[in-house]
Amino acid sequence: MLSVDLGSLLLWGVFATGLLTLIMTGSQQLGWSRMSLPYLIGSMFTPHRGRSMLIGFALHFAIGIVFAVLYALLFESWGRASWWLGLLLGLVHGLFMLVVGIWALPFFHPRMAGKHHGPTPTRQLEPPGFLALNYGRRTPMISMLAHLVYGTVLGAFYELAAGGA
Amino acid sequence: MPAPPHDYPPIGDYAVIGDSASAALISRDGAIEWLCWPRFDSPSLFAALLDRRRGGAFWIRPTAPYRVERRYLDTTCVLETTFVTETGTLRLTDLMSVAEPEVYDAQLRPDHEVLREVRCDAGEVEVAVHFEPRPGYGRVQPALQHRPGFGYFYNHRAEVLVLRSEIALAHGEHAGLLAGTARLRAGERRYLALTYDRQEPAVLPVLGDHARARLDESLAYWHRWAAQCQYEGPHRDAVVRSALTLKLLTYARSGAIVAAATTSLPEEIGGVRNWDYRYCWLRDSAFTLRALFELGYREEAAAFLQWLMNAIGGRQPELQVLYDVYGTTHTREQELDHLEGYRASRPVRIGNGAESQFQLDVYGEVISAAYEFVKQNDGLTASQQKLLRKLGETVCTRWPEADNGIWEVRSERAHHTHSKVMCWVGLDRLLRLHEDGHLDGIPADRFRKNRRMLRDEIEARGYNDDLGSYVALFDGDTLDASLLLLAIHGYAEAGSERIRSTLARLREHLGRGALLYRYAPDRDDGLPGSEAAFGICSFWGVEVLTRQGRLDDARAALDELLGYANDVGLFAEEIDPATGALLGNFPQAFTHVGLINAAVTLAAAEGRHREATLDGEATLDGEDAPAS
Repeated sequence: MLSVDLGSLLLWGVFATGLLTLIMTGSQQLGWSRMSLPYLIGSMFTPHRGRSMLIGFALHFAIGIVFAVLYALLFESWGRASWWLGLLLGLVHGLFMLVVGIWALPFFHPRMAGKHHGPTPTRQLEPPGFLALNYGRRTPMISMLAHLVYGTVLGAFYELAAGGA
Repeated sequence: MPAPPHDYPPIGDYAVIGDSASAALISRDGAIEWLCWPRFDSPSLFAALLDRRRGGAFWIRPTAPYRVERRYLDTTCVLETTFVTETGTLRLTDLMSVAEPEVYDAQLRPDHEVLREVRCDAGEVEVAVHFEPRPGYGRVQPALQHRPGFGYFYNHRAEVLVLRSEIALAHGEHAGLLAGTARLRAGERRYLALTYDRQEPAVLPVLGDHARARLDESLAYWHRWAAQCQYEGPHRDAVVRSALTLKLLTYARSGAIVAAATTSLPEEIGGVRNWDYRYCWLRDSAFTLRALFELGYREEAAAFLQWLMNAIGGRQPELQVLYDVYGTTHTREQELDHLEGYRASRPVRIGNGAESQFQLDVYGEVISAAYEFVKQNDGLTASQQKLLRKLGETVCTRWPEADNGIWEVRSERAHHTHSKVMCWVGLDRLLRLHEDGHLDGIPADRFRKNRRMLRDEIEARGYNDDLGSYVALFDGDTLDASLLLLAIHGYAEAGSERIRSTLARLREHLGRGALLYRYAPDRDDGLPGSEAAFGICSFWGVEVLTRQGRLDDARAALDELLGYANDVGLFAEEIDPATGALLGNFPQAFTHVGLINAAVTLAAAEGRHREATLDGEATLDGEDAPAS
């Protein structure tokens, strides 16, 4: 059992994911990075650019909510929550995503060119490279910032919600 | 022979490829010397056209001496350049890949791609590749990063350029230059693809057979598009090429049509008349719509009108002279001092200062465009009607004012006869729309009164009895080719005495054969130097001859003018009567619009003439063709 209301948790999961998406997408618009998590996710399912963004955004939010529950379970197991614990979780989460998730992406993304050979007719998407640096040198920093904000928001929420429960 | 590095080819030596969002100019030597991505008015990636040393270029050509033949593949915008050397023949095929929308839905595609196929047709030829992009109008010397197996990358902010090549390349004198050679034998081919993506991971171009498939898709796309052309009269090839050029200069995402693909190609070699034409002028919107409709391109015409209404809707009823492809007016003029300019024609300008001018004629142009649209379609939306009403009110209020005139001369405002005529045309078209039931709620009596006042004023002050001609300025004695539009827009009958004598005076004073200057070359237009004959005015001359029933003269003039096109059927803004050289920005949409309208008008008149002859009736000589 969670010590906070599940509905509130999901809502805050959506909010935190929204902030993360805002930072990532905003950095794209500002020309700081070409990393688009919704596009990377959605293009696994369809080459259609519009549809892939739609699917990608939906799945990205779903993943964000799932991670919010995972964060909650960790807070519960520690018996405490705070903004800085959330920040630490965000740090680990971001590092894991950049070092492991991004590294593994070319292996399971059906439309991404392999890491060690060129594009093929079915696999044309540019691979992200180490720490997604292929998508721009600011990409690791922006990704980390987005995940730190995500974790901090959830930690702060959980601290407030659990304290008031 | 390869051009010396600091020598500029004639403007007519270029051909254009594009994807209806951006365009590249390619010289007869296989060099891409102008390319702006992601859209026509973006900063250039290659601009050797404006600075041989600093601009950047991407060329593929034999290492041995050669002679060149060149053509577009049938009715497409795929360019084929054939180099014939002593040891063999090399064929270079250039295109920006395009495809039907369903292909984009089914495949990952980069935002933009230049695809180059190099093939040895006979013998054996050593081919050299030189790739030197210089983004930001030549300001940036990029560090091209090699990712083995993936190609060469230039990542700048949210943009990424990728070059993939089947010819081995290596860095040259600096990190921004790639070069390589390969020896090809008969039957061998190699592909090179340059792509651009923005804000997202790049889509890497696959070469080999997959590249060939994209080439075939592009050919199919252009064939299908050209096949929609309903014109079947004389000079069909020239008309279709003009239509394809208009399609290339269309920004498909908004429907806008830019005036030309380039900036600062000079109207006078070594002169200062160098302007940025990568914007959309309201000036010839009615003619553009008419050309699109006449050829059967209703979708493009509807998109263009939609863009037009959206563009002017933002700040109406005040109209700007020009807009960018999304209808905004952020076109402030700047000079690029670091570029030497085409054949030292300085300054190189980006943006266009004409945006701050006041031109009365654009009101008539926009209203006339809407009228052309209604003639071919169901009608106007409520918001379009509201907009037109406001434009009519503005015409009534402002027509007595002086303006800068159709040619955007940078001198004092004056009372231009053509501008007043276009005000008359605007009110006349609004009243016609009203009388035909397409436009409600206009103050018809006010519009009629102002239309009458305009005609009285034009006939009293815009015609010079001593000269026997309408004149450029009220109470003046100078001529201007824009006066041809009085007949074309239906303000005056082409066969009327005043128009006949005006055409005669224009031919005497501004004509060089079939070519027409837009105004006397020695007239003070506020700029040093002079300019050449004006392409679209020359085609207007053909149209007026046709409308006067002088079909033999019109046919001869059209034949002569078509002879000034370059080897692949393209026109610039101007033509030097002395040498036949093309001058000014290139290719120029409005010259091609003029060509289409002249050819279509002449073909229609000839058709009527043939029918009349078959019916045993008198010839049409001396009669007018119907006004547009």
